[in-house]
Amino acid sequence: MKGIRESLFSRAGATAVMLLCTLYFLVPIWWLLVGASKSRSQFSSTEPLWFADFHLGDNLSELFAYRDGVFLRWMGNSILYTGGAALLGTILAAMCGYALAKYRFPGREALFNLVLGGVLVPATALALPLFLIFSQLNATNTFWSVFLPSLVNPFGVYLARIYATASVPDELLEAARLDGSGEVRTFFTISAKLMFPALVTIFLFHFVAVWNNFLLPLIMLGNERLFPVTLGLYSWNTQVNQIPELRMLVIVGALISILPLIVAFLFLQRFWRSGLGAGSVK
Amino acid sequence: MRSKSPVRALLFFILPFGLLFAAFYLLPIGYAIKQSLYKVQRTGTFGPATEVFGGFEQYQRVFENGPFWSSVGRVLLFGVVQVPVMLGLALLLALLLDSGLVKGRGFFRLAFFVPYAVPGVVAAIMWGFLYSPNLSPFTSLTSSVDFLSADFVLWSMANVVTWVYVGYNMLIIYSALLAIPQEVYEAAKIDGAGPWRTAWSIKVPLVMPAIILTTVFSIIGTLQLLAEPQVFRTFSSAVSSTYTPNLTVYSTSSIPNFNLAAAFSVVLALATCALSFTFLKATQRGGDK
Repeated sequence: MKGIRESLFSRAGATAVMLLCTLYFLVPIWWLLVGASKSRSQFSSTEPLWFADFHLGDNLSELFAYRDGVFLRWMGNSILYTGGAALLGTILAAMCGYALAKYRFPGREALFNLVLGGVLVPATALALPLFLIFSQLNATNTFWSVFLPSLVNPFGVYLARIYATASVPDELLEAARLDGSGEVRTFFTISAKLMFPALVTIFLFHFVAVWNNFLLPLIMLGNERLFPVTLGLYSWNTQVNQIPELRMLVIVGALISILPLIVAFLFLQRFWRSGLGAGSVK
Repeated sequence: MRSKSPVRALLFFILPFGLLFAAFYLLPIGYAIKQSLYKVQRTGTFGPATEVFGGFEQYQRVFENGPFWSSVGRVLLFGVVQVPVMLGLALLLALLLDSGLVKGRGFFRLAFFVPYAVPGVVAAIMWGFLYSPNLSPFTSLTSSVDFLSADFVLWSMANVVTWVYVGYNMLIIYSALLAIPQEVYEAAKIDGAGPWRTAWSIKVPLVMPAIILTTVFSIIGTLQLLAEPQVFRTFSSAVSSTYTPNLTVYSTSSIPNFNLAAAFSVVLALATCALSFTFLKATQRGGDK
């Protein structure tokens, strides 16, 4: 009897904590959604956490039309910078981590330790010297000045090595060699498939890291039309005091800017779960 | 394509990443160190500026720079409070998810993880509005506490960082919990351990490596604080241009004084590496016992 009461108590307590945390995590986003759906005049005059007249369509068309549609351009830039860098960066990291896991060669451990040291080097410490190097090449304020440095993901190499060791058996590679398959072809047709759930994890981590990167574009880019959406929203937000009508656009823009990642999470969640739990399958 | 020697395949696998790593990691580090050893000299007041070797002069200026060291102290204070709170909450939520005490695990996991989809800059802008007394939905709270005042703004930022990263850290710890084999729990049950005791004496020690990993990433992230304070400068006058070490680097480089900014960067990178390395070593020694 005592046990049952105790477990009921535990259940209620645990559920209460979870619900409270759900409120904490979701209310700000709910506020953003509700706020983005209101007209300017109702934004500050109506209940902040509930809808008034639905004005989202007008807000969106104003956002997309503002200054020749610069916001859509920013969204496109972000998707190019982030999607491109994460996709290419994941393939490069996977190949390097795979080679470190599956081949013995002189200097292997030294190379691995160098890459691991790279994980501890904060990306922001690189932004300034990268700017100086690119400015010597007259290449600052270009797409490439942000895109190329974003390709490098040492943590991805580290993860790829661990996952390749765990999920690609040596016997399989031996068998492929006996069948006459080249090393590179074996990687793309067999090994990469076995590593796929892990690669999704690496891709997502890389995607979020580049999507969040702020200092590099802030230092590198002067031309507003090259901005990623984070830098664009930041630049609007700094002007809110001079141009108050920008505030509404910042709120609607903030809502739109988080949608692609939420969609990516929902879409990749299935793979990601199996990737993270890779060690749990015996 | 059949490559006879594995050497060619090996180069094909390693070179693309290796070259980019050299160009965009090693070269900038080397370049920053070189820049930090130079200084700009002018002949006369209006003469042309030339870069000459200055030895450790910039580093001397870094060590004598009061605002920089108080910004380091500020982020350390931030980290000492925020990292344990964030990871404690992440651990608690992961344990609750794993305990089987709550229904709707899929929903909760997703709900907690959604803030991670919000970029730091956007999260800071959003919370900046939520803290502003005239916009906030929590007027009773914002009218009694000024979240953007000099005393409070550091902890307001800590809340933003916590909000974004709890779910991410929870997911890493949770996936480590899922990897624990069931037999371990059965043994504990036979020994008569209740759910709390199982959590504390079995689960937490087994997921320690995941907790250590998330701690190291959090330490690195804390020392790099930039987006949140930079955004909060538009909401609060209490955030100066040297509020965090990275803001100091940014504002020094926009003076522009690249040599001094490079020295700040080098010191900050070394401090970050040293701190995360020390933490890793300390926890490894503790784990040996």
